[in-house]
Amino acid sequence: MFIEKATDMLIRRDNDLTENDITPERYFWSRRSVLTGLGAGGLAAIPGASAWGKIVGAFQKDATASDEKQTPFESATSYNNFYEFGTEKTDPGAVAPKMFAPGPWSVSVGGECAKPGTVALEDLIKPHAQVERIYRLRCVEAWSMVIPWIGVPLAEVLKRFEPTAKAKYVAFVTLNDPKQMPGVRTPILDWPYREGLRMDEAMHPLSLLAVGAYGRDLMPQNGAPIRLVVPWKYGFKSIKSIVSIQFVEKQPLTTWSTMAPREYGFYSNVNPDVDHPRWSQASERRIGEFLRRKTLPFNGYADQVASLYRGMDLKADF
Amino acid sequence: MRRIKRLTWIVGLLPVLWLAVQFFDGGLGVNPIQALTRSLGDWALRFLLITLAVTPLRMLTSLGWITGLRRTFGLITFTYACLHMLSYAGLDQLFDWDVLVKDLLKRRYITIGMISFVLLVPLAVTSIDGVIKKMGAARWRALHRVVYAIAPLVVLHFLMMIKAGYDRPVLYGLVAVALLVMRLVRATMRQGQDGTSSI
Repeated sequence: MFIEKATDMLIRRDNDLTENDITPERYFWSRRSVLTGLGAGGLAAIPGASAWGKIVGAFQKDATASDEKQTPFESATSYNNFYEFGTEKTDPGAVAPKMFAPGPWSVSVGGECAKPGTVALEDLIKPHAQVERIYRLRCVEAWSMVIPWIGVPLAEVLKRFEPTAKAKYVAFVTLNDPKQMPGVRTPILDWPYREGLRMDEAMHPLSLLAVGAYGRDLMPQNGAPIRLVVPWKYGFKSIKSIVSIQFVEKQPLTTWSTMAPREYGFYSNVNPDVDHPRWSQASERRIGEFLRRKTLPFNGYADQVASLYRGMDLKADF
Repeated sequence: MRRIKRLTWIVGLLPVLWLAVQFFDGGLGVNPIQALTRSLGDWALRFLLITLAVTPLRMLTSLGWITGLRRTFGLITFTYACLHMLSYAGLDQLFDWDVLVKDLLKRRYITIGMISFVLLVPLAVTSIDGVIKKMGAARWRALHRVVYAIAPLVVLHFLMMIKAGYDRPVLYGLVAVALLVMRLVRATMRQGQDGTSSI
């Protein structure tokens, strides 16, 4: 554990994080342990407590990272779309750290696979080497960030459950807990939040099951304790706080495309040529920059993922 | 009255100062241009509703003098509408006319916002001191009834740009409807009165 932490810190030195980035979360953790009556020992001292808060271990730095400037930790944790905590961009950062304390977390994996089961978060992650991936994140609302995620390749995790030939899609579900998530108390969306990927998309090496970012565990507003990151699709596809992963034969219903099918497709690949009815997707504002930049097809990952969609009309299947 | 008007202008434009300070010191968050545009739009709608509240307020209270501020409130509304547009067209899109024209034609909420703005222009121009006399009060009043169409259009513009969670535009919409219905009630009552008196 200590060795892990030490390497963690050594590695962290390469990041452009400052002390300012790190301090708030430390305060947050100490406050959390007091608030929940866990005492000075914190979460680690409590038997059966969640692994959340110490799930990120040693991880391999992203060697393929672009030289694009990373979005500061403060920005990535204060400007979020996570309607479970409110519809304003600032709501998740303000609300989630106070209200959301996932207890022992497990993910139910099932459907068309040989080895279904409900797996504790740490058991889901432990068998795999953690990697850092610095990805562009393009929101459908035409803003973007660059985030250093930490996680494990989704494909490696999925393979353990031995999906059958019938498994054509993977369906994901977010936690739906009115006690911790004030947003789900009103039917703004059809809760719980659902997302899905085609099997080949899920098995693509870029698809990441993230448990951390910025060298530490995910913050609640970023989808703690475990979320999906699919960098070539609009941000809403990268579902947060996952409690269920199901292999299915038919294309699963997904929250936004059910609510407004004209505005959000199942695929929702970043595509500057297919406009959202209410705004252009041709350009985006990178958070922290004054000038807009051109949006790239597949968010700049076209050379790696465009082949998945060969022969498809991406204007019809947007 | 002149002094009260001047004070109304100063107080009415304080949010601009506050937004400007926040814009430069980071108070508007990590996407300040969007926050600025939206906040200016919010203030335009708020002052539009304040303008529309003057007449009902006079009907219900003895604050007759407040009518003298109605034009000032209207002009403050127009100022915010201009700043809102400038923030979007200038700061957000850097006057990229190609994009702006496409947005205007394709995005219905922008079309509706633009129609509202265009309708506001003659109201603002004819609210300058002295124009009423030239136009004649009756024609002036007839022209300014256009505001009854602008208010619902602006609320619709707000409603259409939101993805989910409509509490705020609905709240503004209810206020707008209430203010318009009060006028309708008064007009019907007056008609009734006129009818009886003409007998």
